[in-house]
Parts: sequence; structure tokens; C-alpha cells
Amino acid sequence: MIAKTLQDMFRRYRRPGDIVFATMFFVFSLFLLSQLGTETQVVKRTKWFAQPALWPTIAIWGMVVFSGLHLLSSFLSPRIPGRLREITFWLKSLEYVVYFLIYVVAVPWLGYLPSTMLFAALLTVRLGFRLPGAFCIALVFGAVVAILFRALLQVNIPAGRIYEYLPDGLRAFALTYL
Amino acid sequence: MDNLISGFAILAQWQVIVALIIGSVGGVIIGALPGVGAAVAIAILLPATFAFEPIVGLTLLLGIYGSSMYGGAIPAILINTPGTAVNALTTYDGYPMTKRGEGHRALSLAYSASFFGGIFSILCLIVLSPVLAWVAPHFGSREIFLAALMGVLLVILAHRGQTFSAAMLAFFGIFLNTVGLEPVKYTRRFTFDQTWLSSGVDLIVVVLGLFAISQALLLLVDKEHAPGEAHVRGNIFTGLKELLGLKRIATVSSSLGVLMGMVPGTGEFTSQFLSYTYAQKTSKDPDAFGKGSPEGLVASEAANNAVPGAAMIPLLALGIPGEALTAMMLSVFYVHNVIPGPQLFAEQMDFVMALYMALILLNVVVLIFLLFSTNLLLKLIQIPTRFLGIMILTLSFVGVYSLRNSITDCAIAAGFGVVGLILKRLNLPIVPIILGMVLGGIMEVKLRSAMARVKSPLDFIDRPIAAILFVMILGIILLHIRSLIQEHKDRVKPQPVLDEDTTQQG
Repeated sequence: MIAKTLQDMFRRYRRPGDIVFATMFFVFSLFLLSQLGTETQVVKRTKWFAQPALWPTIAIWGMVVFSGLHLLSSFLSPRIPGRLREITFWLKSLEYVVYFLIYVVAVPWLGYLPSTMLFAALLTVRLGFRLPGAFCIALVFGAVVAILFRALLQVNIPAGRIYEYLPDGLRAFALTYL
Repeated sequence: MDNLISGFAILAQWQVIVALIIGSVGGVIIGALPGVGAAVAIAILLPATFAFEPIVGLTLLLGIYGSSMYGGAIPAILINTPGTAVNALTTYDGYPMTKRGEGHRALSLAYSASFFGGIFSILCLIVLSPVLAWVAPHFGSREIFLAALMGVLLVILAHRGQTFSAAMLAFFGIFLNTVGLEPVKYTRRFTFDQTWLSSGVDLIVVVLGLFAISQALLLLVDKEHAPGEAHVRGNIFTGLKELLGLKRIATVSSSLGVLMGMVPGTGEFTSQFLSYTYAQKTSKDPDAFGKGSPEGLVASEAANNAVPGAAMIPLLALGIPGEALTAMMLSVFYVHNVIPGPQLFAEQMDFVMALYMALILLNVVVLIFLLFSTNLLLKLIQIPTRFLGIMILTLSFVGVYSLRNSITDCAIAAGFGVVGLILKRLNLPIVPIILGMVLGGIMEVKLRSAMARVKSPLDFIDRPIAAILFVMILGIILLHIRSLIQEHKDRVKPQPVLDEDTTQQG
């Protein structure tokens, strides 16, 4: 009877992989709770509302309580099969995160224009767009983005170190606009 | 009157006009592309706007915010794919109309209802301005604290059926805001002795990760979605006439949009739900709803387009953002040292007026643009979704890296990108994290300054506005408990299963 009432109260729509995320978040919240004493300080001669530890304490206890309830509701809700497929989907995204971080590291060395053109073009190939037209569109897109943001909008992106090796006239131009 | 003229002078600068046109037209295009949406575009463009004057940057972002829903209606009506998440309800009646050969009529009505909703909300904003200018200075620290607390509470409770997840994510947002060097006592909080955590977690990095990078990853990993082809013929603006016959629905829906837009944490979805329910209950033909009812379409589009204007009210008057997009705009104010809140109305009313006029103009620009471009936009949405993913990921880099040229920021944003992808796949809400971060910061600062001036906790609510806000908070909690009990009683009856199995995009 109690189990039935609990199930009625907490049942919700639950997608594949829900319980994995709910568990991970709950464990993460418990980890933060275990660190509360060492990662925050209680300052002497300071009232409770001005204590640096006040808001992290409220936030982490809130995370623990509600992620616990979220996990409980995940347990009590009907499961839809496909957990492994869903987690594989999440993990597949890491491949593109790696490409993105390589691009981030490459920009200060290769410069914004060349690395953006390369990044867009290589990702196009990786995604299976094999026609030369698609490759060219990606190159043009990369060039337009780089010129728009660095040359026209003067967004704060450093010049590539490789530009130092360019001939005199081109070097100054590349350092400023590309 | 002086403020009006001065506001007009601000708006007449060529940079502002260019920003308005680019923002409005860009917003329609972005809105029409399924899988992009205003949040992604604003997140990407946000750091770029820091280099502009505040009015230029805000006009650009407002243009995107206010016009994306116009664009989102096009694929929603013609190919049953909402361009932005808030156009999902538009598919219910828009697409059935297209199927029976009334696509042109549906689009025309949607544009007209959107225009009506947009203009209606701005007029409300203008009418309310003197009241806001009068009320806003009465908001001290304790009132702003209570308003922010109410915002957190509402953003949690507005996610019906997801209250626990919304709460845990809102608290996660509050936690994220506390990480780093605490500014008053200079103690470290959750830095784990890592120097890169000392400066805290930047809101824009989190926003870009959760909204833009996550969307890029989702599009890159997911299989290609090819939208169907469509074409419309005829004058798109015949719907303006038809709207006159539905003015009651349009007015009530726009009013609900304004009301919900003003309340922090609620926004488009609640206003659409309320206005659609109202339209159905008062209709002579309620059975037609969901099967191509013009009334349903008008209710959905008028309500969602009335929200952007109204969402500016708590932002401008109190400095409290009601949802994620205005939270992003708040950072534009802060970067330029323009602090939204009571002082803004007192000292920079011309700036506020310029923003109002920009909002009106953007609706006009969008309407003119749509007159010529609907079929062109239908061609644009044929861009392969995975290529869109490449575009968003490439543009996300500019947003994160240009902040402070930090590779660590990019790595953090990528991490939040994966978190955002998981949340979207699980249909869990992202907005509570962002509002938790923003409102958590406001609550911490305001509680500290408010409590320093009160002797007992009861003094905290001894001023009229504070007392009203406190009663409202209690009322919201009690109403929620009551609705939970009611739901529990209703649960014994079998309920029809709604189609919830859609990945959150845009």
C-alpha cells in the first residue's frame, strides 16, 4: 500500500538513461556535501547571513535533497528500454568535444582564419559530406566567420604565431585582420 | 516628452538602426532554422556585443529575441517542425491547416497574431512605465531579495512534472555562482586549490556551453533530419483582416503573454498553455482544436510573441531576469556598467524609451521582411542539420574564446555542452541552471545588505512591498501543494498519454 502510494506520488515520464544521470547527479551532490567543510570557511565575528559558507551550504543541501527525490522518482517510474544506446549517444558527443578542443588549441598557433577554415572543412568530411561542393562551402563559411568576427567586428582573438613568418607586407595585415 | 525625443535621438544613430535590422532579419532566419533558436544565437553573439555601445548590443539581441518566434512559425506550420521550442504548439493547428490546403492562411494568421502580440506587449510596457518608474524606487534590498526568491520558486514550479529536476538544477546554478573567490571576506569556495577555479565559473561560458555547444553536439551526433519541402503563394497579409474577427482571442492571449512574461520564471510555455486552454474553452468549435483551428493558432502565436516585451519589465525595473534570454541580456548591461533597476528608470528614462521604440520597430521590420522572404526562408531551412551543427560549434568558439582568450573557458564550456546535451536528451530543463546562477548571485548580495539593516527576521517584511511579496511566495507554495493534492486525487483516473517523446531543440 505504502509502495503504491509512493509510486503514485513520484511517478513521471522517464526517458532512457534517466536513472544514470539521476545517479551521477546525486553522487556528485553527495561529493560536494562531503567537501563542504573543507572547501568553505566559517569566518569569526561575522553574522550568519554574511558567512561565506551560507550560500554554498543552501545550494548543496538543495542539490542533495532534490537530486535524491529525482533519483527516487526515476526508480519508481516506468522504464523505457534503450539505456545503453542512449549512453552511447552521450559518449559519441565526446569525439566532437575533442575536435573542438584541438581547434581551440590550434587557433593561437595557426591563426583564426586558417584554423577556422580547416576546422569547418575537416568536420564536413568527418560527417560524411564527400562532395567537393560541400567542402568548398565549409571553407567559405570558415573564412566568412573569421573575417566577420576578427576583421570587421574586431573581436578579441589573438593573432596566430605562424603569421610572424609571413612576408613583411602580409604579416602586418594578417596580424591585424586574420 | 523630453525622454521620448531623447530616446528617439538615441535610436536614430546609424549603428542602432543597423543592429536593429540585422537582429530582426537574423532572428527570423535563426528562428526558421529548426535546431538553432534564439538562445543559441544570443549566446554566441553575446561576447561580440560587449564591444558595442549598450544600446547597440541590446538592440541586436532584442531583435533576435523578438523576431525568432515569427520565423519559427514557418516550418512549424508548413512542415510540422517547430523552428524554436515555443512554436511547438503552433504545429498543433498550423500543420493540419496546411494539410487541408490552407498553409497560406495559417502563415498569414500566425504572422498577424505574432505582430499583434508583439505590439500589444510593448504598448503595455509603455503604459506601465510611469507605474514602474514610481514603484521601482520602493524596491530596496529586501524586496529585490524576495522578488529573486520568488523567481527561483516560480522557475522550479513552472516545470510541472519536472519539479524535482528543476529544483536540483536551480540549486546547481546557485552553487555554480558561489564557486571561486568570495568578494566580501575573500575566502575561497569550492576551488579545490585550483587557480583556474579562483575566478569562478563565468555565466557566459555556462550559457554558451548549455545552449550553443550542446545544441551543436546534439545536431552533430544525431542522425540527419531532412525537413520536407513546401511553398506558399499569395499575399501573406490577408491574415490581418481575419485577425480582426479573432480579436478577443488575440487580446486575451497577448494579455496572458504579458502577464506571464512579467512574472519571473514562467514565460512563453505557461502563457501559451493558458491562452490555448482559454481559447478552447470559449470557442464555439472546441473540437477543432488540434485539428487546424485558426483560434488555436492565434492563441499560441499571440501569447508567445507578447512575452519578450513583457520580460523586459522585471529586467529593466528591478534588474531581475525572468528567463534565460533576459538573463543573458543582463550581462550586456553589467559589462557596460549600466545597472538595470530602479535607478535606470530615474536616471536613464531616455535609454528605456529607446529600447521600447526599438522593440516596436523590430516588429515592423520583421513584418516587412516576411512579406518578401517566406519562400526564401523555406529554402534556407533545407540546410542539412549536421552542417548546422558545424556552424554552431564554429561560432561557439568565438563566443567563449573572445571573452578572455582562455583555453580553460573553452574546456569548461565544452563540459557544459555535454551536460546540456544530456539534459536535452532526457528532456530535463536547462533554464533553472542559468536563473539559479543569476538569481542566486542577486539573493546573496541582497540578503547580506538587507539583513544588516534589520534587527529581527520579522523586520524583513515590515515594508508594504516586502510584505506583499512574502504573502505571494507563501501563496505560490500553498497553491502548489493544493494542486499536488488535487493531482494525486485525479491520478486514480486513467489519463491519456501525451506525446512527450520529442528531443528538446532550439
